[in-house]
Amino acid sequence: MKKKKQSRIILEILGIILALIWLSPFYLMIVNSFKTKREMFEDTLKLPDVFTFENYTVAFERLDFVKTFFNSLLITVLAVAVIIIFSSMAAYALSRRGGKTSGIIFMLFVAAMLIPFQSVMIPLVSIFGKLEMLNRGGLVFMYLGFGASLSIFLYHGTLSGIPKSLDEAATIDGANRFQIFWYIIFPMLKPVSVTVAILNIIWIWNDYLLPSLVINQQGMETIPLKMFFFFGEYTKQWHLALAGLTIAIIPVIIIYFFLQKQIIKGVSEGSVK
Amino acid sequence: MRNRNLWYWLFLAPALLALAVVVLMPLAYGVYYSFTDWNGIKTPSFVGLEHYKALLDEKEFRDALWFTTKFTVVSVFLINFFGLSLALLVTQKFRTNNILRTIFFMPNLIGGLILGFIWQFIFIKVFASIGELIGVEALEGWLSTEATGFWAMAILMSWQMAGYIMVIYISFLEGVPQELLEAAEIDGANSFQRFYHVTFPLVMPAFTVSLFLTLSNSFKLYDQNLSLTGGGPYNSTQMVAMEIFKTAFVENAMAFAQAKAVIFFLIVAAISLTQVYINKKREVEM
Repeated sequence: MKKKKQSRIILEILGIILALIWLSPFYLMIVNSFKTKREMFEDTLKLPDVFTFENYTVAFERLDFVKTFFNSLLITVLAVAVIIIFSSMAAYALSRRGGKTSGIIFMLFVAAMLIPFQSVMIPLVSIFGKLEMLNRGGLVFMYLGFGASLSIFLYHGTLSGIPKSLDEAATIDGANRFQIFWYIIFPMLKPVSVTVAILNIIWIWNDYLLPSLVINQQGMETIPLKMFFFFGEYTKQWHLALAGLTIAIIPVIIIYFFLQKQIIKGVSEGSVK
Repeated sequence: MRNRNLWYWLFLAPALLALAVVVLMPLAYGVYYSFTDWNGIKTPSFVGLEHYKALLDEKEFRDALWFTTKFTVVSVFLINFFGLSLALLVTQKFRTNNILRTIFFMPNLIGGLILGFIWQFIFIKVFASIGELIGVEALEGWLSTEATGFWAMAILMSWQMAGYIMVIYISFLEGVPQELLEAAEIDGANSFQRFYHVTFPLVMPAFTVSLFLTLSNSFKLYDQNLSLTGGGPYNSTQMVAMEIFKTAFVENAMAFAQAKAVIFFLIVAAISLTQVYINKKREVEM
């Protein structure tokens, strides 16, 4: 028994060492973001002599961070709301009416998950360009198109477990379809909605390629987009680049700190199904 | 009766319309364009298989495809090895369990673009400092050769995705009934036998899920490739996704890029369909 305890302690120490290795890139990024350009040039491993916050004020300004942050927030909130509302409605219709048509449409959504973004991106940009939809509205609509498949798939799985007799009882009480869905079914879907929201938030908040093709205009840039230009400009000035990267990551880390359990659970549910 | 159909189509319309306009229509147009001389502006005229023939002779695309394949094989192996190891580690009864999981998973919340930039700093500046400190010159200029660029990307992807795969394995490992393991222990099975004969068969499905997830993610990689090596030096670490992007939006060869995109689609779809097939087969066996 004692031997077992010992080996457990050794394993735990191994785990802690690995975790420190995993964190080291973040540690190095943060430590070096407080150095002056000269100090960075000398050595990247030691702590800075004096912690200078100047890099942060410069990076914050050049990233136009308040605006960039709200640009990202606007796109993410709108797109995720649209995905949740319309995917759950579609999944509800498909699961409740059933039949051959529903089966085919459902398969269409699922099959679309096989299509990589790069194989549709060129005609997509061309079509939306002609429709004059290369703007934020168009971007949100595109996120619905790309995000609906997985979301409908997840909703569909849960909906088939909710008995139809519930709908029928409500129909007898005089409720129409919209009322049944909004007041009875949708609240019951809350756990899936959380999973769907988490998966889509992580994706859309971090997405670079699609916004770079659709809303690549001054004043509309999301964080990844702005980060790309910022980094290109300051690639030889690591002290500024690192401060910028740290600023970009902080909001995510704070949210992760509070919601880590739900996030990890949501991600594992989303990928296992 | 009409009313019954009306609600159905109303509920479906927004998602279905988005799927059609954003995914299905561009896919159909894309396949069509790949057989024409379309350049984004003029009316396309048919050129048959010309682009596909040209593809076979183009060194850049072949190089990208070969690099992507090598990278995919190596990173699938590394990610799954680290992912499963971490999962086995953090399902022991540690006090630090939760915090360890949180740390290993953390990179997955941050976008690939930003992660690539962070690691660019590590490989260029920090590696040089470490090299200087311990007197190993091989640690300098890590992103300036093809071989080291390759390993730099493999390291970045293993670091990022191991935590993701760990989460998947954990959800299966925690489903292994404790009584089964205890019964095996009483019967005299050692810890390796317990893992091999009890745990392993029960986490097999996690293995399939993880394998294909890492396979398609590595094959489709773009953001990390762009921000870590940018495809350099001299396009030697350029992956397929980036090659398609460059052909289309830098060289403006739209129809040719679309032919590459169709090939790319066929490969990715083949990978995913294999997974579906294997899953179906296993369900039948069970």
